[in-house]
Amino acid sequence: MPQDALFQTLLRLGDNTLVLGHRVSEWCGKAPVLEEDIALANTALDLIGQTQMWLGYAAEVESAGRSADDLAMLRDVWDFRNILMVERPNGDFGHTIMRQFLFDAWHRPLLAALAQSNDHRIAEIAAKAVKEATYHLERSAETVIALGDGTEQSHARMQDALTLLWPYVGEMFESDEVDAQMAATGVVPAPETLKDSWMQTVRATLIEATLAIPEDEFAHKGGRTGVRHTEHLGHMLTQMQWLQRAYPGANW
Amino acid sequence: MYAQMIKSTGQGVKTREEMDPQERAFQERIDAGGKIEPKDWMPEGYRKNLIRQIGQHAHSEIVGQLPEGNWISRAPTLERKAILLAKVQDEAGHGLYLYCAAETLGITRDEMFEALNEGRMKYSSIFNYPTLTWADMGAVGWLVDGAAIMNQVPLQRTSYGPYARAMVRICKEESFHQRQGFDIMMKMCAGTDAQKKMAQDALNRFWYPSLMMFGPSDKDSVHSAQSMAWKIKMNTNDELRQKFVDQTVPQAEYLGLTVPDATLAWNDEKGGYDFAEPDWTEFFDVLKGNGPCNVDRLSTRKKAWEDGAWVRDGMLAHAAKKRAAKMAAE
Repeated sequence: MPQDALFQTLLRLGDNTLVLGHRVSEWCGKAPVLEEDIALANTALDLIGQTQMWLGYAAEVESAGRSADDLAMLRDVWDFRNILMVERPNGDFGHTIMRQFLFDAWHRPLLAALAQSNDHRIAEIAAKAVKEATYHLERSAETVIALGDGTEQSHARMQDALTLLWPYVGEMFESDEVDAQMAATGVVPAPETLKDSWMQTVRATLIEATLAIPEDEFAHKGGRTGVRHTEHLGHMLTQMQWLQRAYPGANW
Repeated sequence: MYAQMIKSTGQGVKTREEMDPQERAFQERIDAGGKIEPKDWMPEGYRKNLIRQIGQHAHSEIVGQLPEGNWISRAPTLERKAILLAKVQDEAGHGLYLYCAAETLGITRDEMFEALNEGRMKYSSIFNYPTLTWADMGAVGWLVDGAAIMNQVPLQRTSYGPYARAMVRICKEESFHQRQGFDIMMKMCAGTDAQKKMAQDALNRFWYPSLMMFGPSDKDSVHSAQSMAWKIKMNTNDELRQKFVDQTVPQAEYLGLTVPDATLAWNDEKGGYDFAEPDWTEFFDVLKGNGPCNVDRLSTRKKAWEDGAWVRDGMLAHAAKKRAAKMAAE
């Protein structure tokens, strides 16, 4: 079922940007400095914009009469296909920015590869999104470096964030039948092919940030397959989907 | 109208004869429509007033993120979420221009933040009201931004150059904000019974607080005359309030909503509506800190500032290390 594999692939792309965009938007009005308020809102806005494109295309591929909003607002936890890392609660600013960096360092090369996809719709969306992701990576990497290198306290907080998030990075490079099928037809890159580029960015940035890369390679999995999300996603959906669930069929 | 009840020097407006030659030249320049720039001489009262006013305006933009941020995580569609995010981001941007404008008068952004956190500087009373339903996102855009525009459009001609220029950029974005608010209201009013009820409820709760945004009645407004002479206030509170009511009532009618004022009536003679004054006791209570959300808004801002201290320190320390390394290399 290539259409189903394509649908799943688009959900994986769109759910990552939706869930991370939502998390980042939770910072509104509460960032450490005004410039960060603006930057975080801007990042969230880009990610939600990408979500509209990915889920819009997913809805077309599915052709079951659902819209991008239906997919975002009316699916339950087990139908979400985002990686576990993005659904983790924000924690402190260090945790938020480290998560953003680990994601951006993967998202940018992923989108660059997707811009060459055989599926021209994917290629178009990725070509637009990669420009935003490049800027996100620039910013998150700079901030990780500044805070890793900054004071003793900022260094310790960034190291803690890295240690906490590290078990969630492996899922980005995990592969299953959906990926195999889509990679074989040149629609998406095989996930493992992105690891070298990711590791290069991460290593260079973390060295400059004076942070130690954790050695443990254990990886939590289950988000992008929907098999086992964290407990956090359900709470996020409770809030995000509330209006659509409480007032079904209303036009907003 | 994000700055209200700005206390002036309290000495009243001086006559030309009472002014020294420097002050007289300053006033004449303003009267002739000239702009005052940061390096120009200015009376101490002018500087202090402007710091209060621009600072209060900036704080209103920053605190104003909170009632709308309250709904970003519950926005009903992806498009509404994106629009609301863009709007709140604009507001943070307005805060930034305004803090920069105030900094040209010899105060730092950090000093202003501290004054806000300690309650020495205020923000608009409107942001001490809660946003309880999605229709409140419509009402805030339509009424609150609508009232803000009434005040800010004339401030594009204010005498202080950096403030006037900041206002030009801000006004462009505010009119987009008001339109998106009205668009939410139109959707709600054309929607289900529950949505119509939310829309009416939002208007009921935001009508009088929006009228309060223009400040007390002219007869009770003790600080206006000096500000108007200095052209840092361009119209009286009552003039602007009247203009706002005259503009908004037909819009409410178009939406099929009822303005919560039984005395509201068109007055042919004055060519405007007669309307009930807001409850000024409530207004002064809110200014004193007894609005429904004063404590929450301020504690959210304080917590953000305190929680962010390690981030600011870390960034400064890194910048200092980089500077030192660069100097050592040269």
